[in-house]
Amino acid sequence: MINLLKKAGVSLALIFIATSGFAQDAAQTATNNAPVEMATGLYQSGKIYVVVIVVAVILIGIIGYLTMLDRKISKLEKEIENK
Amino acid sequence: MVFEMIKNWWKIFAALCVLYTVIAGFLFKVPAQPILHETIRNLYFHVPMWFGMMTILFVSLWHSIKYLSNSNIQSDIIASQAAHTGMFMGVLGIITGSIWARYTWGAWWVADTKLNGAAITLLIYMAYFILRGSLDEEQKRARISAVYNIFAYVMLIVFLLILPRLNDSLHPGNGGNPGFSKYDLDSTMRMVFYPAVIGWILLGVWMMTIKIRIEKLKRKTFIND
Repeated sequence: MINLLKKAGVSLALIFIATSGFAQDAAQTATNNAPVEMATGLYQSGKIYVVVIVVAVILIGIIGYLTMLDRKISKLEKEIENK
Repeated sequence: MVFEMIKNWWKIFAALCVLYTVIAGFLFKVPAQPILHETIRNLYFHVPMWFGMMTILFVSLWHSIKYLSNSNIQSDIIASQAAHTGMFMGVLGIITGSIWARYTWGAWWVADTKLNGAAITLLIYMAYFILRGSLDEEQKRARISAVYNIFAYVMLIVFLLILPRLNDSLHPGNGGNPGFSKYDLDSTMRMVFYPAVIGWILLGVWMMTIKIRIEKLKRKTFIND
C-alpha cells in the first residue's frame, strides 16, 4: 500500500515537472519571437479588408446566381419556342 | 458567346459597378461628420435602393399606361412584375434605413415625414397586389390594376418627393432644401455614389427582367391547363 502511494507520488511529481517544463518552453518561445503583432496585408486597418472581401464574395455569388438563372431561362425560352 | 456578351453588356456593367461600390465604398475616404461617423457609407447602399425602387416602379407605371392604350397583356405582365421588384427594393430600403436610424437618430423608427411617407408608399403598392389577387378575369385585372398603378405612382411622388420637402425631415436635403448638395459636395463620395446608383438600379432592372421572363414562360406553358 505504502509502496503504491510512493509510486503514485513519484509519478505525479514527474508529470508536474514534465508539464512545467513544457509550459516554460512555450512561454520562452513566445517571448523569443516577441513581435507577434503583424498588421500587414489583410490584417491592416482593423481587418476591414476581410469584410470587404467577404462582402465582395457574397456579391459575386449573387451575381453568379443571377447569371445562372438568366441562362436557364434563356434555354427554357428557346425550348418552348421550338415546340 | 461573344454575341451574348455584347447583348448583355449592361448586366456586366451593373456587376462591375456594384462590385466597385462595395470595395470603394468601404475603403475610400469619407468626410468626418458628427453622429454619422462611418455610417455615412450607407449612402452607397441605402439610398440606391430607393432610386432603384423609383426607377423600376416607373417602368411599371409606363407599362400600365401602355396597357391602357393597347390592351396588350404583355404590358400587364411587365407592369406587375416590375411592381414586384420595385417593392422588393423598397422593403430593402426601409429595413436598411431603419437600421441606420437606430444608430444615428437613436430609434428604429422616428415620426419623420420621409419615413412615414415611405411606409405609406409601400402600403399603397401592397394594395396593388391585393387588388390584383382579388380579380380573376385577366383583362379586367389588367385594366383595373393599371389604373390603380397610375394612382400609386402619383402617391409615391407626393409622399417621397413633395411632402418631405414641405416639412422638416431628419433626412438631409429636405425641408425646402432639395438634393444631396450637403454631403454630395465631397468629390470622393461622388465618385462612389454615382456608380453605386447606376449599378444598383441596373442590378434591380436585371432582376426585373428575369421575373418578367419567368412570368411570360409560366403564362405560355400553363395557358392551356
